Amino acid sequence: MNGTILKNGKPVGLKDIPVLPIGEFEDRVKAEALDGLRVVAFFGAAGGRDAVNLYCVLADDENSRLAAFATLFAGDRTYRSFTPDFPAFHLFEREAYEEYGLLPEGHPALKPVRNIFPAGSDGEVYPFDRVEGEEVHEVGVGPIHAGVIEPGRFRFSCLGETVHRLDIHLGYQRRGAERLFLRPGAPPEALLLLAETVAGDECLGHGLAFAQAWEGLGGADCPLRALAVRGLALELERAAMHIGDLAALSGDIAYLPGQAGLGATRTIVINTLLEICGSRFGRGLLAVGGVNYGLDGDIAARVRANVDAAEDAADRLCGLLFSSASVLSRFESTGTVSPQTARALGMVGPAARASGLSLDVRADHPAGPYASFPVHRLTLKTGDVFARAYIRRLEITQSFNFIRGLLDGLPAAGDLVAPPRPLRPEAFVVSLVESWRGETVHAALTDASGRLARYKIVDASFHNWSGLEQAVRGNGISDFPLCNKSFNLSYCGFDL
Amino acid sequence: MNAVIDIAALLVMPFLLGGIMNRVKAVAAGRRGPPLFQPFHDFLKLLRKGEVVSRTTTLVFKLAPCLSLAAVVAAALFVPLSRGRAFLEFDGDFILFAYFLGLGKFLGLAAALDTGSSFEGMGASRDASFGVLVEPALFLLLGTLAFVTGRGSFADLFRLADGHGTLSLIVLPLAGLALFLLILVEGGRGPVDDPATHLELTMIHEATALDNSGPDLAFIQLARGLKTALYASLIANLVLPFCPGSVLPVVVWLAAPVLVAACAGVIESVLARTRLTHVPQLIFVMTALALIALGSAVFLAGAGAGGAP
Repeated sequence: MNGTILKNGKPVGLKDIPVLPIGEFEDRVKAEALDGLRVVAFFGAAGGRDAVNLYCVLADDENSRLAAFATLFAGDRTYRSFTPDFPAFHLFEREAYEEYGLLPEGHPALKPVRNIFPAGSDGEVYPFDRVEGEEVHEVGVGPIHAGVIEPGRFRFSCLGETVHRLDIHLGYQRRGAERLFLRPGAPPEALLLLAETVAGDECLGHGLAFAQAWEGLGGADCPLRALAVRGLALELERAAMHIGDLAALSGDIAYLPGQAGLGATRTIVINTLLEICGSRFGRGLLAVGGVNYGLDGDIAARVRANVDAAEDAADRLCGLLFSSASVLSRFESTGTVSPQTARALGMVGPAARASGLSLDVRADHPAGPYASFPVHRLTLKTGDVFARAYIRRLEITQSFNFIRGLLDGLPAAGDLVAPPRPLRPEAFVVSLVESWRGETVHAALTDASGRLARYKIVDASFHNWSGLEQAVRGNGISDFPLCNKSFNLSYCGFDL
Repeated sequence: MNAVIDIAALLVMPFLLGGIMNRVKAVAAGRRGPPLFQPFHDFLKLLRKGEVVSRTTTLVFKLAPCLSLAAVVAAALFVPLSRGRAFLEFDGDFILFAYFLGLGKFLGLAAALDTGSSFEGMGASRDASFGVLVEPALFLLLGTLAFVTGRGSFADLFRLADGHGTLSLIVLPLAGLALFLLILVEGGRGPVDDPATHLELTMIHEATALDNSGPDLAFIQLARGLKTALYASLIANLVLPFCPGSVLPVVVWLAAPVLVAACAGVIESVLARTRLTHVPQLIFVMTALALIALGSAVFLAGAGAGGAP
């Protein structure tokens, strides 16, 4: 490890991250990536007076640590692209080019990331990948889709019914979320609410990532009971979303028992969050330094009862779903992502685990509730829709077991929130949370006066949309919705 | 009297059958479901609505729904109904029946292509491919019936009871099953198609009507319902010759489509939709059933058990 060593949620001084000359930065990042380290964040930050800092955070998952590198671009804003050797960098480099004009030389497809209407254009000019040939036909879908979902544009190049290539163009929900964290004078409570809306279906994942980053910078210790409630809430969110995803997968293949039954089961789980904090998505449950609701009175018992009921129902319905021949014939060998592709693209979360990558922030970089309650890494090998569905089934059970474990050892009632402390000036923190969708990264930099100077968010979707593009190649275009649902990625979590 | 029943049934069945399928699915999902005649209310609602017509379309798009419905109504004239008799009969009329339905389908596909939408084009291409595969199966089946009964008109094909003993026992269930598969394929029901989906990329039948609205959409839905009712009437006619008396056949003829719709609803409730590339295999099952029927007919005729000339 040549960079500065970081731990999940533990800050280091900005001065401890050496600013390397560009050539050395390139060599070191490349050497670490060759060593098997995984890119977690790669972003520009204003370095004063027309200068731009480029930060790169790589994860050493086996040793539970992170490596951070920095370089400074003063005049010339070019560097050698990492993408040709390490495709996982491709979106990060496009993003840094779009936001800070850092030009990665040799990048194979330096296209806009979130810019819908680039400056100087009078319309949408996104350069979709094109496939030439007499029998090739293109199918455009979106940005407005059937059903109440988010906007995004898909362009399929097909040979008959077979998808040869898919290009996805997002950015329609860009609202400048990262910048909103830097509003002067915004209290941390307001920023926590903001973090909860980065991706509404990962409310607790992003909320927790923010809280962890802020508490790291302030050096606050979250009370034990609050940590337990956090873990419980995050696992409830995971179970609810996974169950909902299995219901939606059933819906896509018109499998009525799964769609109706699992949809109803999800309601049991989100209604448990409702009982705890008054919001089915867990809004307002978290506080900076702890939690607002402490499972007081008989709520803990009701949570246990609901979890038991939901697990029973999910077990029964999953048994039906995964033993039905008509379902398996749709799931198996559809939308396969090989382990090599998944690793090259830097995929994370259940989608990566379904392709055999043993990646789980809860186990690799444990923090908060997971520091004292280990989580076993689960992986499947086939990387198809079946694996992405079945890994969810396994994780639902895992989450329910984890919740029962937390309830068994729930620390006695006491303080739920640690008193706030000022942020450490000139510090850098990387906060990782395994939300249901995968690795959620919040990285923060503070300035000399202890205010946030740069806030960087990487949702699991940022990595995994590329995985979807690969998964559908060679599949029937009619199987695209099924592949898409098996990933269930966030548009607004990507667009920020 | 029978003609009145026939006409009334042809007016009611297209709506009722869809309503029954939806009700069965709703109950299977633990819901109460919409009223049985909801498709009829939807039909009336659509008739009162205005239309949105894409600028890329031509006269083809505007005329097709109407003409397509007319083609199916024309086809209905040759289908044996409650008395086992059709409104019009002549030797070889079942060929005209099949091609009236083919004409209706062609018009629908032409209108779909006329919109210039990639979704409609894909839906039309799928519908046409599967239609091409269905046609030989249908004619093989009707040919078998003609061989067994030795008759030429559509209604007479179904007079299986007239002294064909053993043979009819073999041919009847095979023909019934093949016709049932035909309803699933041509009616756009599960596991072939998913009438409830909103995902354009997976659609077959629904995709070809994506750009239609108002009365045109009402006509398309009515034509589809009527087609299902006609095929259901064919299934009923397989058993009619075995029903004695004057009331029983009418009751059976009215009850059989209801039963068929309920079965289709149950199948849609318990099976996931087939992968699109596997649909031809399902259609080949239909062809195989017709082939087995023909094979046994030829064999038994050779053995002297059949009554074929």
